Amino acid sequence: MITLYNWDLSVNCYKQRLLLSILDVEYESIPVDFYPGWEHKSAEFKRINPLGHIPVIVDDGYKLRDAHAILTYLASKYDPSGRWYPASDPHLLGETAQWMLFAEGTTNTASAARLHVNLGYEFDIEVLREGAHELFRALDEHLWFREREGLDWVTSSPHPTIADLAIFPDVMLSEEGGISRLDYPAIRRWTDRVRRIEGFVVMPGMFEAAKGAPK
Amino acid sequence: MTTATGHAVCTDPAILNQWYAVAAIPEISVAQVHRTRLLDSSVAYSVTADGECLAWRTAPNDATVTVDASSQLDWLPTRTAFGYLWMSVGEPPPDVFEVQESAEPDRRTLNAATIGIAVSAPRAIENFLDMAHFPYVHPHMLGEEPHTEVADYTTELRNGELWAVDCRFYQPKAAVSSTEGVMAEYLYRVPSPYCAMLYKSSPGDAERMDVIGIFVHPISEEFVRANLFLCLLDDVSSDTTIRRFQQTIFSQDKPILENQYPKRLPLDPRAETPIRADKMAIAYRRWLTDLGVTYGVIPA
Ligand SMILES: [Fe+2]
Repeated sequence: MITLYNWDLSVNCYKQRLLLSILDVEYESIPVDFYPGWEHKSAEFKRINPLGHIPVIVDDGYKLRDAHAILTYLASKYDPSGRWYPASDPHLLGETAQWMLFAEGTTNTASAARLHVNLGYEFDIEVLREGAHELFRALDEHLWFREREGLDWVTSSPHPTIADLAIFPDVMLSEEGGISRLDYPAIRRWTDRVRRIEGFVVMPGMFEAAKGAPK
Repeated sequence: MTTATGHAVCTDPAILNQWYAVAAIPEISVAQVHRTRLLDSSVAYSVTADGECLAWRTAPNDATVTVDASSQLDWLPTRTAFGYLWMSVGEPPPDVFEVQESAEPDRRTLNAATIGIAVSAPRAIENFLDMAHFPYVHPHMLGEEPHTEVADYTTELRNGELWAVDCRFYQPKAAVSSTEGVMAEYLYRVPSPYCAMLYKSSPGDAERMDVIGIFVHPISEEFVRANLFLCLLDDVSSDTTIRRFQQTIFSQDKPILENQYPKRLPLDPRAETPIRADKMAIAYRRWLTDLGVTYGVIPA
């Protein structure tokens, strides 16, 4: 059984919940009072992760931290089709790694801006917003060209990969950090496709694709 | 009015002369200077090693690291109430309004969250007072289709506060300790323009009610930090579990609030068709008009 040290409002924890839901894998969630309790910084939690951050998973005694590393592990172990982490195809694997690294960038800009606005983290907000827009412009252009090739996802696979899931929540909640997606139509079409993946779940702050926000 | 550096600050006496909760006391690191803004003014606060709360006006680029009560500063009035540090940049009443329940020894009093929201304070309050959005924004928790009907209720003024009484709404999971759906009973109370509370039937006590408050800290006319206050009858759930429930609800409201345009609340009754003819929203807007509020609103 997988244990996930989780905070519902964390994008990085949501990435794991999303993949586990899509793969239909059961897990136990241990809520961490990230805010306002700062429980991840407590001595007790640092016995689980000395770096003092979430998410962390423990799978039958095997412990792993860092959002994108956990996605890699979960997809490798629990997706027998091998499509979410295409390890057997060197091209797709390279692209997946490349876009996972891109997701580090969106996390450190768009999601950091969200932490600044929501929780008052002391970051230079203008630098974060500019950085996020730069990445969003690149992503939008990339996805636009993918669509011309009849492809729907960030890699050239006909199937989404964990790279899509790693980037998705940073993008989807960007408006909480004051980063509008108005100018990125290809990104908006891609987020709609992600939200229609079978097994998709929302995190607080998102709405399900079909229903949308009430007016 | 403008500050020395030339940016405009709030001059609305109805809003200026109020107390605002700026931080939950357990979350304030002792003997450090914390900077924020209140009604566009740059301010700072600190809790000394002996627990004294200090607040003062600062220059926007202030870098003071330590202060004590003998420092020569532009001091601001402070109070502590229900676990929060309150301050004012105007001439506030002698005390923060009362929440009698917070003195009951068997209650859990805690800050569920302090979250920044890009919205005006009165929009945040109006959303807090609204029941009709429950089934759509908080499905499976505070509401559930097809139970979308808001039964009729009454609004009234009590000692200068705005109240809504006899509110009822079907809730599948009214609180973290709920085990079944209930017809939850609600009372709403607005003791000051940017603070609101609700009293709702508690799964843990047939006689008394849970108290949930939103104490809005207006940074500017269109950005706030909302403090979510809980005073619950629940001796079972952990703080983490309770916060988790409320934070989820809060983050569901956030995108709705941030997508409202205009961000300021129009007080003219004809400005926005009350979508659901919500009585409390109309009463709140009229009450703000009667108080002469101009900050964070589009006056009628
Ligand atoms: Fe709500």
